[in-house]
Amino acid sequence: MSEPIFYGAGFPYRQIEDLPGKLVVLEGSDGVGRSTQTQLLRHWLEDEGFAVSDTGLRRSEITQKGLEDARKGHTLSRITMSLFYATDFADRLENQIIPALQAGFIVLSDRYFYSVMARDIVRGADPAWARQLYGFALKPDLTLYLKADVTDLVSRLIHGRGLNYWESGMDISPHNNLYDSFMDYQSKLIDSFDQLSSEFNFIQVDAAQPVMDVFAELRTHIQNLLEDQQPILEEDF
Amino acid sequence: MLEKNNTPGKLIIVEGIDGSGKSTQIDLLYKWLQTQGQSVYFSEWNSSGLVKSTTKLAKKRKLFTPTTFSLLQCTDFADRWENRILPMLKAGVIVLADRYAFTAFGRDVARGVDRKWVRNLYSFALQPDIAIYFRVPLDIAIQRITSARAKLKYYEAGMDLNLSDSRIQSFKLFQERILNEYDRMVDEFNLTIIDGSLTVQAQQRLVREIVKQELKGWKGLPIPEGSPHVRLQAEISAETGGR
Repeated sequence: MSEPIFYGAGFPYRQIEDLPGKLVVLEGSDGVGRSTQTQLLRHWLEDEGFAVSDTGLRRSEITQKGLEDARKGHTLSRITMSLFYATDFADRLENQIIPALQAGFIVLSDRYFYSVMARDIVRGADPAWARQLYGFALKPDLTLYLKADVTDLVSRLIHGRGLNYWESGMDISPHNNLYDSFMDYQSKLIDSFDQLSSEFNFIQVDAAQPVMDVFAELRTHIQNLLEDQQPILEEDF
Repeated sequence: MLEKNNTPGKLIIVEGIDGSGKSTQIDLLYKWLQTQGQSVYFSEWNSSGLVKSTTKLAKKRKLFTPTTFSLLQCTDFADRWENRILPMLKAGVIVLADRYAFTAFGRDVARGVDRKWVRNLYSFALQPDIAIYFRVPLDIAIQRITSARAKLKYYEAGMDLNLSDSRIQSFKLFQERILNEYDRMVDEFNLTIIDGSLTVQAQQRLVREIVKQELKGWKGLPIPEGSPHVRLQAEISAETGGR
């Protein structure tokens, strides 16, 4: 990234100079393996001598506690939820992501506003409203979309951290159990992601492959992006 | 442009800069409507319990930027909108709001966010049946604020904008910008202007006149015999406190 490009008005009150860093986004459904890949990528990039900063949903200092409490209490109505998450995202963008890019870091973002928007739309938000809401968002250098189908997701989660209320869309569910609700909700989310995919230039990566194969594929895409940057040559001791 | 209110309820809101006297007026209106036997619900700006601790934390640590300030206040509004204001309107209640989306259109734009962007944020809200703008010269507002209250707070005075090191001076410059934004909104959102430098009683007479006109021939949610306002009042007492 050199000259920052925003999807809308950006931050009009703030002069943002060129950003020498790179913004790499990992998108994909719940349980698709994003955090594992983020960790692998981070180690690899640091090994190559790049400074890396990572960020993910709900990590804003402002909203973290409030959002956790609201999720625990299951008291978020639709528009309220959209806006609360947008606050979290805006705070991290202005106070974390942009400063890191200014300092020349590679920022690995575990999800971006695309996920949040996909969820909002599945919950009935007006798509035009949601797009304009994120008019302050910075266009990433690269968005890698880890794609898996819903049967794959459910088996990963059941053998992993389990199914939870929000990831199963229980707040909007007509079903009486997490499983049916999960299948229904996550299928809709995947459809919603697929629609965003071409609009926002996602690069699709098949998440059903073994972890190290996914990692290799992600690495190749990031290497292409970093082509203009000199890798550190290993010196002999 | 906000969508027309097609609910059975009535939405009445007041706007104006700090010290314009709007809260006094809506409080008097609220009590008057109750004695008239109407079902009334009152909602105050920035009073959602869901967002309260988050706002408090961010203000205390001065973490807000114009964008996050705007988004969090809209979150607060959305919570009140989805869980209180809209349900009340659908039930046929008169909803009184001390400040509305126009406060955000004034303050957030004064802080530098994009005018169109913030209008889109609040586009889920309905156009009030009555929107009264208490217009008052800046000097009078400042006099009222500084004599009635101890100290201007950081964000209230717009200190985050670095307009001046003096809180009073910063407040003045900030409110001036907000006044300009309000003036733009008079036609855009059909605001009814009341001169906020008139006496309290004279203003209230005008307010009641406007409200009477609007409610002529209208029937709201009936109040069950024997228990006037009990539930609505309980909610108000739980919600007041933030500004």
